Amino acid sequence: MKIMVAIKRVVDYAVKIRVKSDKSGVETQNVKMSMNPFCEIALEEALRIKESGLASEVVAVTMGMKQSVDTLRTGLAMGADRAIHVETSGQLYPLSVAKLLRALVELEKPGLLILGKQAIDDDCNQTGQMVAGLLNWPQGTFASKVVLDKEKQVVTVDREVDGGLETLCLDLPAVITTDLRLNQPRYATLPNIMKAKSKVIKKFTPQDLNVEIKSDIEEVQVTEPPKRKAGVIVSSVDELIDKLKNEARVI
Amino acid sequence: MLLSHQIKRKTRCFCPIREVIMSIMLRHILKRNSNSYIGRLASASASGRLFSWRRRRRTFCSEPQRESIQYDVVIVGAGPAGLSAAIRFKQLCRENDTDLSVCVVEKGAEVGAHIISGNVFEPRALDELIPQWRQEESPITVPVSSDKFLLLTKNHAFSLPCPFNNRGNYVISLSQLVRWMGVKAEELGVEIYPGFAASEILYDSNDTVVGIRTNDMGISKDGSKKENFQPGIELKGRVTLLAEGCRGSLSEKIMDKYNLREKGHAQHQTYALGIKEVWEIDERKHKPGAVIHTLGWPLDQKTYGGSFLYHMKDRQISIGFVVALNYQNPFLSPYEEFQKLKHHPAIKPLLEGGTVLQYGARTLNEGGFQSIPYPAFPGGAVIGCSAGFLNVPKIKGTHTAMKSGMLAAEASFGVLHKGSSMEKYWDALRSSWIWEELYRARNFRPAFEYGLIPGLAISALEHYIMKGRAALTLKHGKPDNEATNVAEFHCPIKYPKPDGVLSFDIPTSLHRSNTNHEHDQPAHLRLKDPKKPELVNLPVYAGPESRYCPARVYEYNPDETGQLKLQINAQNCLHCKACDIKDPKQNIQWTAPEGGGGPGYSIM
Repeated sequence: MKIMVAIKRVVDYAVKIRVKSDKSGVETQNVKMSMNPFCEIALEEALRIKESGLASEVVAVTMGMKQSVDTLRTGLAMGADRAIHVETSGQLYPLSVAKLLRALVELEKPGLLILGKQAIDDDCNQTGQMVAGLLNWPQGTFASKVVLDKEKQVVTVDREVDGGLETLCLDLPAVITTDLRLNQPRYATLPNIMKAKSKVIKKFTPQDLNVEIKSDIEEVQVTEPPKRKAGVIVSSVDELIDKLKNEARVI
Repeated sequence: MLLSHQIKRKTRCFCPIREVIMSIMLRHILKRNSNSYIGRLASASASGRLFSWRRRRRTFCSEPQRESIQYDVVIVGAGPAGLSAAIRFKQLCRENDTDLSVCVVEKGAEVGAHIISGNVFEPRALDELIPQWRQEESPITVPVSSDKFLLLTKNHAFSLPCPFNNRGNYVISLSQLVRWMGVKAEELGVEIYPGFAASEILYDSNDTVVGIRTNDMGISKDGSKKENFQPGIELKGRVTLLAEGCRGSLSEKIMDKYNLREKGHAQHQTYALGIKEVWEIDERKHKPGAVIHTLGWPLDQKTYGGSFLYHMKDRQISIGFVVALNYQNPFLSPYEEFQKLKHHPAIKPLLEGGTVLQYGARTLNEGGFQSIPYPAFPGGAVIGCSAGFLNVPKIKGTHTAMKSGMLAAEASFGVLHKGSSMEKYWDALRSSWIWEELYRARNFRPAFEYGLIPGLAISALEHYIMKGRAALTLKHGKPDNEATNVAEFHCPIKYPKPDGVLSFDIPTSLHRSNTNHEHDQPAHLRLKDPKKPELVNLPVYAGPESRYCPARVYEYNPDETGQLKLQINAQNCLHCKACDIKDPKQNIQWTAPEGGGGPGYSIM
């Protein structure tokens, strides 16, 4: 069984981002980029399933500009067998990514598609759900535990939901999106990074996959959130009620 | 392309089960075939004479298996010196129609992440290394347009004659330049691996350096292995070059081990701490290429230091403050002095309306000519600021670091290609322009041992009249850590509260350095004696580490009994090495944390 993992190249989580002066977006020039942390967790889970003998191959895929290849190389260094890069230009929204993923799934025919629950740059939390809908596959999102049963061809997923944990049993093929507590991703070792440099990455364009990238969303403006005002220490409950009523006007 | 034979596996460790099975088999063979050839073989092996794996039983089973990868040259540090050495080496390979492998390891998450400098760049070394750099879209685009030198008092600024000659120099971001150099190096076939910290030197049986070992990754705070544990890798090189920057942890160990300072008849190294911010200011106030240096306020007459302000492009300016670490007052906080400086009437108007983009700090060498150690050791050499080639009166060290890297590359190529020795590096250094330049600059910094005004006077004499031809060479004072006075001779300094517009508190600034470390790892700042901070640093020196550290790593907090205890917030560390230098009893030892951690400079 093949497992396909979708990964995304995003601004590194430790970087302090700032908004461009023309408010058209976040400054990404000269800023450190790395693999989305949830995608790392997804790839780690795929590698663990493969190492337990339940899968034969892990394929890492990414969509984006030329530099996205760096993230694929990290994925190969972590242990993915093959990598696919769909080269696009411009902004990619979740629906377009989902359509491209559908085309790749129809090409590669994996038994499991694992993604991170959301990307830390846009926090959309949509791609996994959309691609499951397009493929008409069952989905287990916010997974904190994944157990594959190859004989019965089902996967049991523990989901982190608002009320606690929900356990679902999904028929394969299925889509899983990973949450933080699923696993601790492995480090890419130096010898693996060296070997990954020479591995071949398959390239596609959206035209090759018969997908039209168009978007119904246009980002008009990006601004910083308003600066937090200093807090005020009140001396009594009466003063608090007075302030809430007359200054903040919330009661 | 890495060939499989280059990746060698270490010998297997002794396994008791294997031993037992083998001995049972041997006894069985022996019983049935005592006189035949097989029997005699079995007998020989049973007594340990035949199978050599019996002799390997001395390795400890708990040591993880380490892979070993062989290169011709291993360089620690992808900075100006390390990359210049790598590039020059590959150029020599091409010129001589040969191909030797070069590997550069870098502890930062990417090339340039740990690079921070003023920086007014003198392209002398780059002109020699990559003569066509002007046509290659380099990040060196802003020539110096004006040069001012100010003496500050609390409320005024007096223009002094400018001693610098920056014609032909450029205002750059060194982090950007190093990134560009990294791309050039990779184009020539250099293998660069960021995110891997060299933590130990490897020696052979003759005590010759044969390479380095990278850090084990995935060890938790208590020392146990986490589920993603990865043992470090051995990178073996026929030549190993250490280019770790100022106060490199491995370089210091090597210099101690081979007595390189004595061998070079050098004094101890002296240092300064530089703290820098990059601001984006109002378009109307921005003058690309403007260079300003200041002396005097807020430092007193006995403390050497000053500030710099350089206008880069895109409305960005670099503003920073450098304090020599031989200051005496243990209550001094270089960070707070920097925040005070920004409120000076000559500086404040420039910053008003601007925003801070990045913050960082790093120590730099001030020892100059008097402190250059013998840089070559069996198996390699120390290059760049790890040895110490910064020209203090010029306030430039990049060009000399790059040139030292190039000379080391030439010597290494001689070693590998022609069988010469690394001693040639020392000879090349002494006949190069680095030596001549540092010799001429040797008396400026030591002159300030006598105070600010005598220092200025002697410097003026040196610069305008003697021009380095004086017969004597002034000596440095005490080592920086010994220069700190005990706290009872000084009063605590009351620093103003940050206003959040021009001056900031350390956590806010630290956030702008993009610094981070995996929190669940052993603290990389080691105390040789864990009791010393509470027994010596705090009562005698009032805990200076809680003041000079620009990242608030060291804090004295009261515990449950109300006693002040040292808390080390290793996760904040900016890798500046100030604590390794300034700790009065040299109790704090900076070691490399897990690779990939530390600051994330991009425009510094």
